[in-house]
Amino acid sequence: MSTSIASGAARRFFTSVATIALTAITAGQANATEELNALVWCDHTDPALIEPFEKANDVKVNLKEYEGTGAGISILEQSQPGDWDVMVIDAVDVHRLIDMDVLGEMPASALPNADLFPELVMEANNGKDGKTYAVTEKFGYNTISYDKTKVDPKDMEDLSVIWSDKYKGRIALYDYYLPMIGLVQLGLGKKTADLSDADMPAIEEKLSAMKAASKQVSDVVSSQTALATGEVDILVGGGEWITASLAKDKPNLDWTVPKQGAVRWAQSISVMKESKNPELALKFVQYILSPEGQARLATSSCYWGMPTNQKAGDHLDAEQKKALRWDDQAGYLKNTQLYPIPTAELDKKMQDAWTNMMQQ
Amino acid sequence: MTTITLEDKERRRAWGFVAPALLWTLAFFVVPFLYMAALSLWSRQGRDIVHVWNFDNYLRFFSENALLRGLTNSLEITLTVTILSVLLAYPLAWIIAERVPKRLQRMALILAILPFWTSYVVRSYSWLLVLSKGGVINQALMGIGLITEPLEIASNRTATVIGFVHFFVMLLTLTIYSNLVQLSPNYRRAAADLGANAFQTFWHVILPLTLPGIMTGAFLTFVLCIGDYITPQILGGNNELVLPQIIMLQIGRRADFPMAAALSIILMLAVTAAYVLCARWLRIERA
Repeated sequence: MSTSIASGAARRFFTSVATIALTAITAGQANATEELNALVWCDHTDPALIEPFEKANDVKVNLKEYEGTGAGISILEQSQPGDWDVMVIDAVDVHRLIDMDVLGEMPASALPNADLFPELVMEANNGKDGKTYAVTEKFGYNTISYDKTKVDPKDMEDLSVIWSDKYKGRIALYDYYLPMIGLVQLGLGKKTADLSDADMPAIEEKLSAMKAASKQVSDVVSSQTALATGEVDILVGGGEWITASLAKDKPNLDWTVPKQGAVRWAQSISVMKESKNPELALKFVQYILSPEGQARLATSSCYWGMPTNQKAGDHLDAEQKKALRWDDQAGYLKNTQLYPIPTAELDKKMQDAWTNMMQQ
Repeated sequence: MTTITLEDKERRRAWGFVAPALLWTLAFFVVPFLYMAALSLWSRQGRDIVHVWNFDNYLRFFSENALLRGLTNSLEITLTVTILSVLLAYPLAWIIAERVPKRLQRMALILAILPFWTSYVVRSYSWLLVLSKGGVINQALMGIGLITEPLEIASNRTATVIGFVHFFVMLLTLTIYSNLVQLSPNYRRAAADLGANAFQTFWHVILPLTLPGIMTGAFLTFVLCIGDYITPQILGGNNELVLPQIIMLQIGRRADFPMAAALSIILMLAVTAAYVLCARWLRIERA
């Protein structure tokens, strides 16, 4: 059973800008005949993604943005059944919602599973007892981002660089314990899926070494700022979602999947069990998973990430594909692993280890 | 037959005026506070909140170094910011009140509070750009040859303190200025008549009389600073967590509302202690 209390990534760290965007989105659709309430991450608040669906279906999509699985679940606990039609959540946390019995089953035939990257269908994560409750809509990698004009790109191919002294004081650590501890586990030559209590002492030792070598531990905005201003030259835990949107202005920024591998993040979308309009909700999911919707979601103004639908490539231009490393995905998918999915007890230990590291 | 006296009428009328404020306080402070206090005595186990009263959250706070450090970091940063802000704000307020011509004082105050017009988050990120390795300060110092390597002034406590002080100097300037302009010039004349020089007049007359303004501003600075997590988050580089950041971690990552409530109560106790000290000191000074 998945009982991790995983937080949403700080890539979903948002300022009031998103709220303003949300207001703008909803204000423009005041006369729509139907409404859909969606609990989402910030990338879904991009008008470029939502407006085409609203216009095509004469619907007003009310978006509530949240950060962190804990916060999302709290919102659900404080809501009435039927308040929400659609929800976006970390793929590794879908089972927490299934266990809460809040997700509706989606007919597999209504989903474009055949068009998705096979590694992203993730039946075990998105379903239970042969039933589908969610579908992966976007993914990417928590890996190493760097300024290729200031570091040796060859050094970035080895994960042990994150706790070595070679770039001491020039490293930022991405502030999300799950992928970061997953990266350490990979750096120790182990699989994220095997992470257990027994691994924690070695992981804590490496976390301590990482902190000693780092300049800061930061969320997505601060990480981007630090890389862009040259405050740091390496971001451990960053990837295309950090550098892709900066690609035009900062071509010196790059990212790589080291030889030991990297951690793959994925987010899923679901229809709520008590949705007042399940057909429209499913339609929204289908739109998000359509090649056009996927291309818009992948290049959302909030953060970029790889679309799960392989046909989305037809709707991305050459520059976007280059930033997303579209052609390298086969190799990356082979050399990356999902976030660790700890038990509640192990999750607490991981969070404590991360907090201790920050206070070091 | 009951006789309604004039006094009863007045009392009822007074209650009529006070009742809305009391109800407001009851609904939006007392009740939520009591709920938070109760919540802090429960615990989160797995996905459920267990409604068994105990002091586990408080015991955990005092037994885990990372959590306790949150409070000590908060207090250290807050006290540093408060002291620096007072030291910088007093001369500024004094210059505006005493040296700037009356007709220009309003303009000087507007200029002083201008930074308030910018979003708090934007201002913090701006400071990050100013203080970073490639920022204005390092570029200028390197440009004039004072340093050869950029100074490490971003993503640490120094940056957090600078960001806070920039914000709170303005607040303190206003409270001290309002106190200074209310002082009668007769105090200075009397001190001079009694043979006091400028420093003695300031030290023995002006400063004690402006203490209420200083203490009010200092208390506001303390409360706002100790409860803030945005500036340490952006400018501190998460290299040391303050208590509000740890509260946010409990809510955002663990959904551990009981622990977050316990930490919030501890934060409130720190603020209450500051208020009591402040009020007590002012009473002593007046006596």
